[in-house]
Amino acid sequence: MHAAVIVFPGSNCDRDMAVAFERAGAKVSMVWHKDTALPEGVDIVGLPGGFSFGDYLRCGAIAANSPICRSVVEHANKGGYVIGLCNGFQILAETGLLPGALLRNASLKYVCRAIKLRVETSASVFTAGYNAGSEVTIPIAHHDGNYNADEETLARLNGDDRVAFRYAVNPNGSVQDIAGVLSENRRVLGMMPHPERMAESSHGGTDGAAMFRGLVDQIVHA
Amino acid sequence: MKARVHVMLKNGVLDPQGAAVQHALGSLGFEGVENVRQGKVIELELAETDADKARSTVTAMCEKLLANTVIESYRVELT
Repeated sequence: MHAAVIVFPGSNCDRDMAVAFERAGAKVSMVWHKDTALPEGVDIVGLPGGFSFGDYLRCGAIAANSPICRSVVEHANKGGYVIGLCNGFQILAETGLLPGALLRNASLKYVCRAIKLRVETSASVFTAGYNAGSEVTIPIAHHDGNYNADEETLARLNGDDRVAFRYAVNPNGSVQDIAGVLSENRRVLGMMPHPERMAESSHGGTDGAAMFRGLVDQIVHA
Repeated sequence: MKARVHVMLKNGVLDPQGAAVQHALGSLGFEGVENVRQGKVIELELAETDADKARSTVTAMCEKLLANTVIESYRVELT
């Protein structure tokens, strides 16, 4: 399985994401935001956490319009897998690959701590390694993680089982405690928490590792 | 030609920054502030001299980048 991790100016979880993929057995290519094409044979694209372009204008807005993101959108539209964590989720929302938007936390504070998440569905390559309904401990670290979507979008997300994770205790004001959502074809996941930062015992927990193991096990190399 | 773009959170989208400003004004003793919404203003200097063309270009810029129309509305002012 071949993963491409995109690096933007201001990304700071790109290496963590690459290590999580590698430890799970994936081949990883780092791809610079000014590149216009993904490497040959990429199965999944990872958009990492951080503060791409200094969060200027809106979190993820400039990155979503960078040259490589046109290729990422194309990859997704052809049925390719994409995972966006934290700033990566913000970027995916800005590209329109995922519905809704991430607003400033309701508390107006940057929140950085390990929290409990409820796995809402195991019906995706991202969450197949978890049991739906189980709780996992994963860290969050964000200032703009307050998920917002209109009623119609929320009804669609709930009706189609596209909410991947909810917060056990809402840390940021997200509507319906939503922490992560799936695309319509279930091949794009965006989530604010950081499973790549809870993927080996030295991180203080390994609840995030199942996601990367699941991806490597389930995605058959094209 | 200059364009000024006003970007605001849509009505109904909670604006925690506006709420914090409202709270701060209240604690400074300014009474009767019933609501505060915080937005942003983006000024553009354009080579274009035709107002209609400028408006249509800036509108495209808003749709593509300057505003996130999922949560924000925008208004273009030409001077």
